[in-house]
Amino acid sequence: MIAAPFFRWDWVFDHLGLIWDKVYQHLVLTGIALGAGLVLSMALAVVALRFPRSYPPITWATGILYTIPSLALFAFLVPITGFTILSAEIGLVSYTLLVLIRNIVAGVQGVDPAVREAALGMGYGPRRLFLEIELPLALPVILAGVRIAAVTTIGLVTITALIGQGGVGFFILRGLNRFFNTEIVLGTALSVMLAVVVDLALVVVERLLTPWMTERTAVTG
Amino acid sequence: MIRLEDVTKVFPGGTAPAVHNLSLEVAEGEIIVLVGPSGCGKTTTLKMINRLVEPTSGRITVGGDDIMAVPAHELRRRVGYVIQQVGLFPHRTIAENIATVPRLLGWERQRIDDRVEELIHLVDLEPGMTRRYPRELSGGQRQRVGVARALAADPPVLLMDEPFGAVDPIVRGRLQDELLELQRRLVKTIVFVTHDIDEAIKLGDRVAILNVGGVVEQYAPPVEILRDPANRFVEEFLGSDRGIKRLSLIGIRDVPLEEGPMVDRFAPAAAARDAMDRYGVDWFGILDGTTLLGWAWAADLDGATPADVAPKPFEARLELDDSLREALDTIITSHTRVAPVFDGDRFVGTITAEGISRELAK
Repeated sequence: MIAAPFFRWDWVFDHLGLIWDKVYQHLVLTGIALGAGLVLSMALAVVALRFPRSYPPITWATGILYTIPSLALFAFLVPITGFTILSAEIGLVSYTLLVLIRNIVAGVQGVDPAVREAALGMGYGPRRLFLEIELPLALPVILAGVRIAAVTTIGLVTITALIGQGGVGFFILRGLNRFFNTEIVLGTALSVMLAVVVDLALVVVERLLTPWMTERTAVTG
Repeated sequence: MIRLEDVTKVFPGGTAPAVHNLSLEVAEGEIIVLVGPSGCGKTTTLKMINRLVEPTSGRITVGGDDIMAVPAHELRRRVGYVIQQVGLFPHRTIAENIATVPRLLGWERQRIDDRVEELIHLVDLEPGMTRRYPRELSGGQRQRVGVARALAADPPVLLMDEPFGAVDPIVRGRLQDELLELQRRLVKTIVFVTHDIDEAIKLGDRVAILNVGGVVEQYAPPVEILRDPANRFVEEFLGSDRGIKRLSLIGIRDVPLEEGPMVDRFAPAAAARDAMDRYGVDWFGILDGTTLLGWAWAADLDGATPADVAPKPFEARLELDDSLREALDTIITSHTRVAPVFDGDRFVGTITAEGISRELAK
């Protein structure tokens, strides 16, 4: 009997279609989680900024969500929402809230008071002040939070394989069940690569969105 | 133009009022400076005019209108505001920063662009700067942009809160000169806050000296305050050199000039000696009509007449536009007691140390 090689490239090349499907699913699950998480966090952050006394309970509640073990949370959701994408997203979104809210609030609070005073003194109302001055200036801090949330979410998506979702986590789970190293290694490697690529992409997005932060050497005359 | 009547501000949690029953009137087109030690409520007073601080009681009108009668943001768009930290928007280009209020007012694109260009010239910035971000500018340039931004919608009133406090003394002096030059052209009503008495004296048409709690100790033109301080507090605040400070406010043009130890080039030697005795100096000036040819030592006259000596050019020269402070400085540094004054090339008279001190005694 010939020992099977540890990693079978031929298997990988035979299943490129499936691999692409799972990578795509992974990105969709991550994207929805980040998008929904950002919308929800923005709403909660606005509440926290407007009513400072609501900030401690908000961080407390999202902090508790953050500490629930992911395995337990997904298992708990199955009886309620089933083996669905909804179950996966409820969990994934919950884990983004704490870091996103904290960074939005910290970013807005970190805006130079002189800038805020100048804006008010020039006749900005509270809404335009927030949208046109505070939010853009908080962007670097907010995007730093988005990067952390993105990398965390990409890792967590693999766990949703247990409830029938999972993106590239599908390979890890199936490999474990079948004692098939190639799938385990493939799933892990893809998940890490996705995290790195998405993080780099977000760095590029940050540069594009905050042109005033980068030193320009080119002549701008 | 601006009128404060019995204005009081008590901050929540504060025991003593920050400003107590303050009344002040600012006429149209004048610069008034609020000056005083920290805690005197000068910044609070300023911020009440654009309602960044809401008065606890009293009434403030701008151009006859009660400031509480319009929404705060509308009032602020009609009142220019410049602060020490400038507070430019870091994420906006210089052009966008300057365009802030016109954009809030909903001006058309073309009108905004034209106005920005006009202001760039007005505050003496390079046109190429408009597309840069604030962090790419020096402190002095940023402060100019801050002034341009405040002037953008051509507000009749300008509030300035220690606008030049954060730049070095040389740039500060230049910015002050530029502000005075701007004011000559634009004639705004300006309320300016500073803790620097020299800045107050230089810029203010009138200066209000405030004491702790927003008490106006004296409100008068700087010359008057320096000549007749209302009380001990004002006197101490002005410092021990208020005589010298006053000198910088009086122009040579404003005082009578003297003939000086000057003689015509064809005058006899005796006339030159008389002139020198009169002024107690050991040199004399040689005139050819209204042209001052130069000067010579008394010793040069030994057996000669003024026509024989070669006049040395004057190093110490004053212009009619110079202040008495500059005149005194020239007299002291040239080790003489008189200095010639010129109107362009024409010699118009001399100014003496005695003349200056006579002027101060008035």
